[in-house]
Amino acid sequence: MKLGKFLQRQAYDKEALAGYLFASPWIIGFVVFSLVPIALSFYYSFCRYDVLRPPMWVGLENYKTLFFDSPTFYHSIYNTLFFTVFRVPLVVVGSLLLAMLVTRERPGVRVVRTLYYLPSIVSGVALSVIWMWMYNPKYGLVNQLLASMGVPTPNLPEWLGSPKWSKTAIVLMGLWSIGGGRMIVFIAGLSSVPRHLYETAAIDGAGWWAQFRHVTLPQISSVLFLLTIVEIIGSFQVFTEAFIMTRGGPLNSTLFYNLDLYNKAFLDYEMGLASAMAWLLFAATLLITLFLFKVVGGRIYYEAAKPQ
Amino acid sequence: MIRSPIVNFLHHLAMWAIAFLMIVPFLWIVSSSLKKPEEVFQEDAQLIPGEIVWSNYTRAFETMPVLLYSRNTVLITFLCIVGYLTSGSMVAFAFARLRWPGRDVCFVLLLATMMLPPQVTIVPLFVIFRHLGWIDTYYPLIVPSYLTGWPFFIFLLRQFFLSIPVDLGDAAKVDGASHFQVYSRIVLPLSKPALAVVAVFAFLLHWNDFFGPLIFLTQESKFTLALGLAVFSGNHPNEWGILMAVSILMLIPTVVVFFFCQRYFVEGITLTGLKQ
Repeated sequence: MKLGKFLQRQAYDKEALAGYLFASPWIIGFVVFSLVPIALSFYYSFCRYDVLRPPMWVGLENYKTLFFDSPTFYHSIYNTLFFTVFRVPLVVVGSLLLAMLVTRERPGVRVVRTLYYLPSIVSGVALSVIWMWMYNPKYGLVNQLLASMGVPTPNLPEWLGSPKWSKTAIVLMGLWSIGGGRMIVFIAGLSSVPRHLYETAAIDGAGWWAQFRHVTLPQISSVLFLLTIVEIIGSFQVFTEAFIMTRGGPLNSTLFYNLDLYNKAFLDYEMGLASAMAWLLFAATLLITLFLFKVVGGRIYYEAAKPQ
Repeated sequence: MIRSPIVNFLHHLAMWAIAFLMIVPFLWIVSSSLKKPEEVFQEDAQLIPGEIVWSNYTRAFETMPVLLYSRNTVLITFLCIVGYLTSGSMVAFAFARLRWPGRDVCFVLLLATMMLPPQVTIVPLFVIFRHLGWIDTYYPLIVPSYLTGWPFFIFLLRQFFLSIPVDLGDAAKVDGASHFQVYSRIVLPLSKPALAVVAVFAFLLHWNDFFGPLIFLTQESKFTLALGLAVFSGNHPNEWGILMAVSILMLIPTVVVFFFCQRYFVEGITLTGLKQ
């Protein structure tokens, strides 16, 4: 009996040792690339620090500067909120509609799904450069199409060149990429809605809208909710498009939060100020996520929580 | 649901019309890259070039070290994929198949790091790498992938490993197999689809990565394609023919991978358990 316990104990210790060994890349990586940087970033946010000289403690100075003395801070917040408020619904609803078009098996549907997915693998720099050309006011495809539809030349937007249209341009180009991972997730969600629910609803005389509103929507609400949150977090971090296409211009109209942060860190070498901005972004992301889970999360339908 | 032929027809129409709209930008950039400069700057542009020329591509290779940038990008991307596959699968094995004190806390921390905005860590990482003398080397871009820099991949592999029957490993252990043998002889060979998913996503991630190279590389000879294209577009804002040619060259590998590995894109997303 005692020997048995001893052997069990030894096997357990061996397994624990193996566990730590196997997990060691993550443990080291977590400490070196997450834990220490998080702590340092928090510390830097209370310091004046230009990398060349050691950080100097200044207390809340950086946060005060941001809130009361930074010409770009509120502007970049406004730009980022504008981008998020318009992009998230457009992209989430857009990819849901696409998914609804191609969920049911029908002739050609597989080819169409592939064609929808294809643009989403274009990302980052190539995507930005391509859309700079698409938005070229004179020779770009967008304005050429608008002109061919009868929009008179003086009314054609300057897109990236105009403070009035630049943010909208960056929001709208997101529509090209809506057929990616989000659409696949929606297709998976839509095809898992039990068929009999629609049949019952139809017998009760529900039209397509009633079916969508009372069957589809509740059934996919958890997917919808999760994708919305992921999309909000992603939109807060918009960077590459503005960096490549406009450098934040014209007239700071596309100076998004992260671009402002990058400028402060790697152009002005104000690492303390940049760290303070990073922490505020982190806090905002966390608060909004928690808020959404609290307010909307309770009304979400989860298959697993369904009474058997 | 029985639908009338008219609704069915409209559905097909909408489906294909949108598919066409999605493809038009591709046609447009390919066409721009094959046009003569005077035709690129034409106010009533045609989708089909009047005369197909390859000069934009040859000029791209003359004005920008495309081959060098491609070599650099391939090197970084390849080494990162190897990193995620080796260390990532080991860590995922520890989380899915081994019991060790603190495992569940660590897993929560792993999930938390998935939500951490990269901006929070970029400044300290820059400082740390600067102290190590790693600025303008590939270490900051490659080493993190060997220390599981992208926690999402571990999450994905763990989910897959959990679906492999435990009995298989237990039977092997009775026969005297070590944990490492269970990992390398049983779990890994059964996980090829999940490993392929990680490889495909890691490829896309690093092939297109811009932020990392932007922060950590300074010498032009070390640039990746993404960074090189970004700098080139800043210096030559009106060379649209060349810019489209380089963009297309950069897209070709991703499109090829997409067409050959299409099912892994779908599987990868369903693996995450988002599918109910």
